[in-house]
Amino acid sequence: MTAKTMTTSSAAGARSVLLPAIAAFAIGFGLIFVSGLVQAETLHDAAHDTRHAVGFPCH
Amino acid sequence: MMPRMTRVTPSASPATEMFSRIVTSGLIAGAAAGLIAALLQLWFVQPVLLHAELYESGQLTHFGAETVSAHQNLGPFEWSRNMLSVLFTMMVYAGYGLMLVALMAVTEVQGNTVSARQGLLWGLAGFVTMQLAPAFGLAPEVPGVAAADVQLRAIWWLGTAVATGLALWLIVFGKGWAAWGAAIILIIAPHLIGAPQPDSYAGPVPPELAAEFAGRSLGVGAMAWTLLGLLSGWLWQREAQGAPVPQAA
Repeated sequence: MTAKTMTTSSAAGARSVLLPAIAAFAIGFGLIFVSGLVQAETLHDAAHDTRHAVGFPCH
Repeated sequence: MMPRMTRVTPSASPATEMFSRIVTSGLIAGAAAGLIAALLQLWFVQPVLLHAELYESGQLTHFGAETVSAHQNLGPFEWSRNMLSVLFTMMVYAGYGLMLVALMAVTEVQGNTVSARQGLLWGLAGFVTMQLAPAFGLAPEVPGVAAADVQLRAIWWLGTAVATGLALWLIVFGKGWAAWGAAIILIIAPHLIGAPQPDSYAGPVPPELAAEFAGRSLGVGAMAWTLLGLLSGWLWQREAQGAPVPQAA
């Protein structure tokens, strides 16, 4: 009984964590992609020094 | 045992609550570590970058007719340029913070406890993933060095970060030699394939400056990443403990 409750709750816990975690991870990657890797000229010029300093491939 | 069971109670903690906990911890830790990183960069990295730009733009010539002094006037503090750099460095670290805390949250459901002390290790792993492993093939470049096509480098850079991150995950959370073997392959493969390299070493920047830049970039990265991990772990644990049981509105 107890074991069953725990399994159900941890499975539901995993579900309620996985989706928000994937969403937050994707937003985080988006931030890095925009500030670090997109080659659009304005963006590149504004982020130029940061890209060099954090070691992203710049130009 | 007791506090963990209350924390994992699913009906009291819907996905939106979890999302806001991840985003709060990740963004605060990321912005704080990013601000420190930006200040360290302005102090230690930017002077090397500006110095190299004098060679990149042709104002100075390495091995030219006359000997060039290693001490150059780098001009006044450029506010708008440097504030943009602070903003973008904070954005990059906010991104790192979100990804880091999202992964922390996933491991916690599987029984791993995340604390500030554990956060230090997470931060080191993040540094290895996002900076050290890519730098093994593509050292942080000062402006004006010779390099291969930027798209090719970006693909290799990203692939190396993904492979290394996955490998570290398998080493820590994987069980058995199948997982660990895969981890070793994932760590080494990008470097056996090799990063895109330039056809010739035609960069006009003195190697002394390029080396100093690479060392400082990695050093600042290591400092900022360990801080990011520490803060992320601490904030995440604090959020988890202090999280009030959400009431249905």
